[in-house]
Amino acid sequence: MINKVNMAILKKKFIAKDTIEFVLKNEFISHHASPGQFLHILIDGLTLRRPVSIADIDKSSNEVTIAFKIVGTGTKKLASYEPGQSIDVLGPLGNGFDISNTHPKKVLLIGGGIGIPPLYHLGKRLSENNVKIISILGYQTKESVFYEREFQELGDTYVVTDDGTHGYQGLVTDVLTKVSSFDTFYTCGPTPMLKAIKERLSNSDGYVSLEERMGCGIGACLACVIPTSDGEGYKKICQDGPVFHAKEVNLS
Amino acid sequence: MNLSVNLPGLSMKNPIMPASGCFGFGREYSSFFDLSTLGAVIMKSATKNERLGNPTPRVAETSSGMLNAIGLQNPGVEKIIESEIPFLADYDTCIIANIAGSSVEEYEYVAESFNQTDHVDALELNISCPNVKEGGIQFGTDPYMAAFVTETVKKVTNLPVYVKLSPNVTDIVAIAKAVESAGADGLSMINTLTGMQMHLPSQKPLIANKTGGLSGPAIKPIAIRMIYEVKQQVSIPIIGMGGIANAEDVLEFLLAGANAVAIGTANFNNPFICPEIINGLPNVLNKYGFHSINEAVGKGIFHEPADLSSS
Repeated sequence: MINKVNMAILKKKFIAKDTIEFVLKNEFISHHASPGQFLHILIDGLTLRRPVSIADIDKSSNEVTIAFKIVGTGTKKLASYEPGQSIDVLGPLGNGFDISNTHPKKVLLIGGGIGIPPLYHLGKRLSENNVKIISILGYQTKESVFYEREFQELGDTYVVTDDGTHGYQGLVTDVLTKVSSFDTFYTCGPTPMLKAIKERLSNSDGYVSLEERMGCGIGACLACVIPTSDGEGYKKICQDGPVFHAKEVNLS
Repeated sequence: MNLSVNLPGLSMKNPIMPASGCFGFGREYSSFFDLSTLGAVIMKSATKNERLGNPTPRVAETSSGMLNAIGLQNPGVEKIIESEIPFLADYDTCIIANIAGSSVEEYEYVAESFNQTDHVDALELNISCPNVKEGGIQFGTDPYMAAFVTETVKKVTNLPVYVKLSPNVTDIVAIAKAVESAGADGLSMINTLTGMQMHLPSQKPLIANKTGGLSGPAIKPIAIRMIYEVKQQVSIPIIGMGGIANAEDVLEFLLAGANAVAIGTANFNNPFICPEIINGLPNVLNKYGFHSINEAVGKGIFHEPADLSSS
């Protein structure tokens, strides 16, 4: 079920370089959104809404947390909003991580940069169901690191930075050997990272969450598509995804 | 207020319809509002065979608008007739099938295919898609070719044919007159304007197709101007489109000569935009002294008095 709602901004915090966290309040979204789903946010003066993933939900207080990085005009403008203002949101959108039908005992979360927030939401829900969590978080540099402590509370967490200024130096795939066995992996981040993980973990069951420039966000305009592995056509990232089984899509 | 509009093949309860390509086949939007509130639905372009479209990115934000290069992704005319039209036919609204092709034969084939169903009320001929090499633009920029494809399609269908004109031309009036002479029952105008945006981090065009079609409020003045010019030279009705975002914009289009209007990009911004505009229209018409849609059509056109000094 999708609705167009107003979400009040309760809190705003810079959690890393150019990275902002909003705590928003809305009963409908907090009760209907599941991990991996996203909000399509209307930003004053812009034509297209901007998709932002959900980082956390507190149903008891109707609070929804989002985190995003300032990368262009839209996110820059969104970052200028202050508590007390509210934002027009279409959501919750997309198909998130399928956790109701699978019952893993131990999972591996692999996040890169601004792909990390939806994995936190997922990790929290899985953790509540007594699933053991191992996380690998990749960032550009020390200043970009966020949610490290939060993930550590969920379980063993390996942090890597491109330049080695925090945690291990290298890419998320470089620390995969440190991780013991797991049932399922869930990953979100830049496409080259997802592709590398998909290749390295080709014998494992796993899910990837994708990002793309979107139009309508509801599956009508066909702006955000990803080729399927069978070469038969495309899946809609906003509606069929953004989460797909790793074997379902072709991340060329 | 009575908002009804009667155009060839289209007996509509109001002049508002979502534009082709901005509404899919209605399924997604049907979860937001009752499609029966719409005057009509213009379906996404149909081609002979399935088309997978262009690589991504396919869209980009621009000043007061957006670029898109979807590339006519659609399941092909047979699947549309089989799976999409029956869904739309359950609603009390007119259905306009948009047709695209890379050859006159393809337009002919797709138009003829729609004879298989009784649920389509009119055809819209897309001779103006700027986003695929053979998306019809070559037909839309040459009066002779535009007339030829119109005439060919008219021969194989009994449905009224609305020809969707490209603004990417020097003289849109010449194209409009050519397709009118070839038997077009109406015009749709305008399609998107070809544009490009550079992506600074990668220092190359942002859209994978390099160029894309510009739409949204940025192109509204161009649409109004072109409708104004064409209206004075043709007698067939015009479905106006290009950046409409509210009921006031609709009245602007009517005053310039549109008989009905289509809403495109604004659907992405607000999925409820069509019913909101329909609800807002009576007040806007009232405010400016109109009692019906027809009363406003072309009211903004002022014919210049003949220049007596040269005689």
